[in-house]
Amino acid sequence: MAQASAAASRQTSWWHQNQQRLTPWLFLAPGILFFLFYVIFPIFQSFNLSLYEWDGLGKAEFVGLYNYEELYWDDAFYTSLKNNVIWLLLYLAAIPAGLFIALFLNQTVTGIRLYKSLFFFPFVISQVVVGLVFTWFYDPTFGILNVLLGAVGLPPVNVLGDENWVTVGIIVAGLWPQTAYCMILYLTGLNAVDPEQIEAGRLDGAKGWRMLWYIIVPQLRPATFIAFVVTIIGALRSFDLISVMTNGGPFGASRVLSFYMFEVALSEYGFRMGYGAAIAVVLFLIMLAFIAYFLWSMYKEEKAR
Amino acid sequence: MFPTPIERTSRAWQISYQTLLPLALILWLLPLIAVAIFSVKPDSDFANANYWGWPSSFEGFTNYALVFTGSDMPQYLLNSFKITIPTVIGAVTLSCMTGFALGVYKFKANIWIFFMFVAGNFVPFQILMVPVRDLTLQMGLYNTITGLVLFHVAFQTGFCTLFMRNFIRALPFELIEAARVEGIAEWRIFWYVVLPLMKPAIAALSVLIFTFIWNDYFWAVVLTQGVESQPVTAGITSFNAQYRAAYHLMSAGSIVAALPPVAMFFLMQRHFIAGLTLGAVK
Repeated sequence: MAQASAAASRQTSWWHQNQQRLTPWLFLAPGILFFLFYVIFPIFQSFNLSLYEWDGLGKAEFVGLYNYEELYWDDAFYTSLKNNVIWLLLYLAAIPAGLFIALFLNQTVTGIRLYKSLFFFPFVISQVVVGLVFTWFYDPTFGILNVLLGAVGLPPVNVLGDENWVTVGIIVAGLWPQTAYCMILYLTGLNAVDPEQIEAGRLDGAKGWRMLWYIIVPQLRPATFIAFVVTIIGALRSFDLISVMTNGGPFGASRVLSFYMFEVALSEYGFRMGYGAAIAVVLFLIMLAFIAYFLWSMYKEEKAR
Repeated sequence: MFPTPIERTSRAWQISYQTLLPLALILWLLPLIAVAIFSVKPDSDFANANYWGWPSSFEGFTNYALVFTGSDMPQYLLNSFKITIPTVIGAVTLSCMTGFALGVYKFKANIWIFFMFVAGNFVPFQILMVPVRDLTLQMGLYNTITGLVLFHVAFQTGFCTLFMRNFIRALPFELIEAARVEGIAEWRIFWYVVLPLMKPAIAALSVLIFTFIWNDYFWAVVLTQGVESQPVTAGITSFNAQYRAAYHLMSAGSIVAALPPVAMFFLMQRHFIAGLTLGAVK
């Protein structure tokens, strides 16, 4: 009895001494385990899998870099890659667009709060619904777009059926919620802009564009950084809209890497897990360049603190 | 304030601003307004090519009732709730703990573990797709709500940890120091000192994660199939296949599918925006 309590007290004191060192690990353990199993390990597994030919059921066959060699000759891969670049570039338009809507709404008239939340509305809605809504918007027989085009005397366009327009058409649908997101970031940023600097600028005769560019935009840097991060990620993750609006068509003209990968690995086109993994690796490497940049910026900031 | 407050500008601009505002809003929400009007139109309007005219009769009740009684929509909605709510609870709980560990304690691996969570959160889903699907299959959880929830909890922990850790870093550290001087056990500091202060962060994250998960489509398609486990985002596509060209029903279905996160947003607007814009201001 006495022995047991002595052991217990020794244990408590050992715990007491090491408490501060061990507590964080106990708190981290469940989160880290979950994250390792579902996120970190799968990344490496995909790298490994891209060296195999595997239908998802049978035995995987090691093929070395063959999948990558096949990618090199695959036209659909280049179409997807090209579309990814277009997505990246055009999607960035959400940032200035969001800034201008934010500037437009940054007033204190009655009901402005409601206006702000209604402008933000598209972001809350599922991309599946956004895709559906825009499919009707573009519809060649009854879509509003062609009604409007007809009103100004232009010929009708079948946006989603035209190989040259389809990607742009989908991106515009994606820009709708993304602009709303950037707008809300900038509205918050504008709230925190230093009024004294604006007054000082006004005294120096700065106004309009010059004021915006030299005094306001530099102060909005943190908002711009986040807008940039979420827009890049959004552009590279684009999948829902393409799947809902065109399913990659017409003739695969609206595929991006993320969609093509899904098609190769999990759709009726076949279960080529290894080839799909190789596409995912390419997408990941593109993303890695951005991730490295984001982490580097965050690291510098942590150091500066 | 920039731009110049409207009350300090010319009368003409004030009036044009007041008229531009509602016009811009209508233009911005035009696609949604169209869907809302579609959803209360009778079937005959589409047959008669009366797409953009005034509804010839108000059929809102009939259309919405049909969505709930004539399709699998109620089951899909229920599935969405069964997926979303446990994910919110799971991810927020895990990240309260990881955020506490990374925000309060100083140890060597701290920043690297933090970066692991941040980097993992940015990863394109596709690189996880095949291995995660395989893992789920092997655990016998393919096409189950549990399988989907487990993955969502794990993946969202990345973003949530980033959020919680930064939030805890901004809390007054003296409180924790003072508690330590009193000799309070570390887990009690977490439970009685830090957790009560995290309430706004928990609220903000909950609404954000609710919206993200409700709107997820990719993982729903990858990890589930069929009415018994698919959420409403995936359900709406089969709903549409069932009612092809029945635009009034498709519109009503879409609105029903979109409503829960919209309601969440309007009820918890302050928290929602605080969550989304964390870090947008220094």
